[in-house]
Amino acid sequence: MDSILEMRGISKTFPGVKALDDVNLSVREGEIHALIGENGAGKSTLMKVLSGVYPQGSFDGEIRFRGQPVAFRGIADSEKLGIIIIHQELALVPLLSITENLFLGNEQARRGVIDWTAATAKARELLRMVGLSDPPDTLITDIGVGKQQLVEIAKALSKQVRLLILDEPTASLNESDSDALLALLLRFKEQGISSILISHKLNEIAKVADRVTILRDGSTVETLDCHDGPISQDRIIKGMVGRDLADRYPKREVRPGEILFEVKGWSADHPIHPGRRVVKDIDLHVRRGEVVGIAGLMGAGRTEFAMSLFGRSWGRNIRGNAYLGGREIDVSTIRRAMDGGLAYATEDRKHYGLVLDNDIRHNVTLANLDGVARRGVIHHEREIEVANDFRRRLRIRCSSVFQETVNLSGGNQQKVVLSKWLFADPQVLILDEPTRGIDVGAKYEIYSIVNQLVAEGRGVILISSELPELLGVADRIYVMNEGAIVAEMPAAEASQEKIMHAIMSSAAGGTATREYLQ
Amino acid sequence: MSAELNLPARQPRQESMARFLKSHMRDYGMLISLLAIVAFFQYVTNGTLLQPLNLTNLVLQNSYIVIMALGMLLVIVAGHIDLSVGSIVGFIGALAAILMVQFHWHFIPTAIVSLIAGAAIGAAQGYWVAYFRIPSFIVTLAGMLVFRGLSLALLAGQSVGPFPVEFQRLSSGFIPDPFGPLAGTAGFHLTTLLLCLVTPAVMIGLSVATRIRRHRFAIEQEPLPLFLLKSAGLFAVVAYLGWLLASYKGLPNVLIIMALLVGLYAFVTRDTTIGRRIYALGGNEKAAKLSGIDTRRLSFYTFVNMGVLAALAGLIFAARLNTATPKAGVSFELDVIAACFIGGASASGGVGRVTGAVIGAFIMGVMNNGMSILGIGIDWQQVIKGLVLLAAVCFDVYNKGKA
Repeated sequence: MDSILEMRGISKTFPGVKALDDVNLSVREGEIHALIGENGAGKSTLMKVLSGVYPQGSFDGEIRFRGQPVAFRGIADSEKLGIIIIHQELALVPLLSITENLFLGNEQARRGVIDWTAATAKARELLRMVGLSDPPDTLITDIGVGKQQLVEIAKALSKQVRLLILDEPTASLNESDSDALLALLLRFKEQGISSILISHKLNEIAKVADRVTILRDGSTVETLDCHDGPISQDRIIKGMVGRDLADRYPKREVRPGEILFEVKGWSADHPIHPGRRVVKDIDLHVRRGEVVGIAGLMGAGRTEFAMSLFGRSWGRNIRGNAYLGGREIDVSTIRRAMDGGLAYATEDRKHYGLVLDNDIRHNVTLANLDGVARRGVIHHEREIEVANDFRRRLRIRCSSVFQETVNLSGGNQQKVVLSKWLFADPQVLILDEPTRGIDVGAKYEIYSIVNQLVAEGRGVILISSELPELLGVADRIYVMNEGAIVAEMPAAEASQEKIMHAIMSSAAGGTATREYLQ
Repeated sequence: MSAELNLPARQPRQESMARFLKSHMRDYGMLISLLAIVAFFQYVTNGTLLQPLNLTNLVLQNSYIVIMALGMLLVIVAGHIDLSVGSIVGFIGALAAILMVQFHWHFIPTAIVSLIAGAAIGAAQGYWVAYFRIPSFIVTLAGMLVFRGLSLALLAGQSVGPFPVEFQRLSSGFIPDPFGPLAGTAGFHLTTLLLCLVTPAVMIGLSVATRIRRHRFAIEQEPLPLFLLKSAGLFAVVAYLGWLLASYKGLPNVLIIMALLVGLYAFVTRDTTIGRRIYALGGNEKAAKLSGIDTRRLSFYTFVNMGVLAALAGLIFAARLNTATPKAGVSFELDVIAACFIGGASASGGVGRVTGAVIGAFIMGVMNNGMSILGIGIDWQQVIKGLVLLAAVCFDVYNKGKA
């Protein structure tokens, strides 16, 4: 088979850091090539080199596309040849329609006047190819993340794509949306479109990839051919982290104590559509030393529940009671919820978790500034000590605690968010998708932190869309669907099938599933 | 663990002087620009710029801009803007004039009422911005019109003055000189010189103490040669300016007020939890909120604070002119905002320093003063100031893009 893409000896240096060191990547015509590696291994940098974000001359090495050496000066050059990259953060304009987004910068126009009939017809055709049936004049903001991802892919198709690069496309998708997306990749493959798939989800890679290239610390470790026989996940993990991970979930002794935290009859309405009940009459409890998981599909109301509980930071018309150690606590504002012993680490660390322009030190102490201050005056040396302490304990990889968090990889950003909440010293920590978009090694470290927390007698509520993670880390699992808890089971008795079954068979579950499959 | 084995490659290297300079280019660049501008005008005005009389004027002319820049910096760091400060200056000047001239109030109750009125104006505007989430640009644009109109109404279109002498001293007075007569240095304000020697010495002493403490905690900091150079420079400049001022009438009262406020706000922004929270609010409001910070109240208070400082500036400006006019403070907001941006504040919030804003204000002030001495018309002065603002912000953006 011919190579559609050959990248040879790519090296790229940033001030003080060698991001890529003699990396080789070769993608064959019509294959799905998975690119994996820990956060900070250089995947994104490599793709930016390929797509021309880093222009020719800013890196060493050679790129050949369909046999020809190429020198891109910008994204426009690579797109012209049919190399299209879809970033993790989608580049869609929320308040424009699907059609407008599809042809943004490439309008169906003659002398600057847009032909809406042609545009709509073509949009419909493109949407059909990716299996979307929404009307093309729907606004992006009105469709879910899964569908937005498909719109991005349709946009790529409109540009005569030959090599499609997807940067963690399923990171924010639920299982059925992910499956649909992977099926789409397989269909493209039949049509001769090659793809590079960057993903942390090893089961997905096993499902669709033809070959796998593993990067570690800016160098190519190896390229594995999936047709030479099945590649075990452990094999890939070993390549990524350079060590055997005996178990992906660190073991711990489960010794739940008395009931620490309890919620009774918690309900909340949508903030913009009053009367639309999104969180319905939830009862749950957490024991000391227990990790309680909340499973559910995207949109099941898990984040909404957690945020409405944490100082009413989401929703309106919120009702219900919260108890810590048997006594009712006031959670009506975030400050009071924190004083009551709660903490909530958001799923969206960039928008809700970190002040990206600030350094690690300032982010770590943000939720508990009084912990490094006396009478409102900050003790800078103490603050630096605290930050360095967390840097060591959570193994935050950085040049120093004075590094701006915007420059950290996803896993390290997550560790900073965790540090912030650990320093606030909560009794109950709600973790919302704490391992989204981060690599296996960092995940393991975060699970270890969770274990340490419960070992200290705290309680953890873990919201996760990755069922294996819930099964591996939680002691007890609540299943949520359509805003209500539909099942509760000890993790030891739970399985992926059981959880999905609970979702499907819940009274309203049928409609939810249908909506997702639309 | 191999995770730790990966660490050494990423360990921080001893920060060399060049790298430190590069990463703090903006801070030093500002200072050097100010010195260069001063040197330039000193040269082209044949030494008029730094003549004691002119130097005193320079301080008096810029004090109210500097004082308002302190409040504006907080507003901008919090992610807002305040266009109404010029009108507040006019309104408070008018209010104070009416109270003192028509109602014969003493200047102390007048000043207190004026500052409270400033706080109330700030609160009224901050309320809409913080609790109703109306963009500050719009709220304060409205405020700009309202308070300009109110000052016209209050003064009935007339100028009101003159003020009691005690009130004028706020702006045109100088500190007393208890040491001068003792030493018998007639015509030379010895106290001023002493203050200008002691103050920088104390500041340097404090920073040495900080350095020693940080060294004990093994915290990286400004390289020693740079620190020595900066300290020596600071001492020399302040002592020289003190000597110049001492050979005229000494330190103006308003300079003392200004210096104290600058020190206070530098401290608040750098060393207090409330300062830190304002930066977090401007950097990422949602994250700050979810970290338990009452972002609305914080936004509200930045406007209250701005109102008080604008009121103080209004009093100083009125005292300086010795009359309240309906036109007082027109377009001050532009100078104040420009000072903050020249000083490195980010229009999107979260970034900016008190020292930067003060230096920015003085860059504007020295250029105003220098160009006036040269006889450059107000028309070209505005053109040049506009270009300097643009250049400073371009430099910022370029610098950030490179980093």
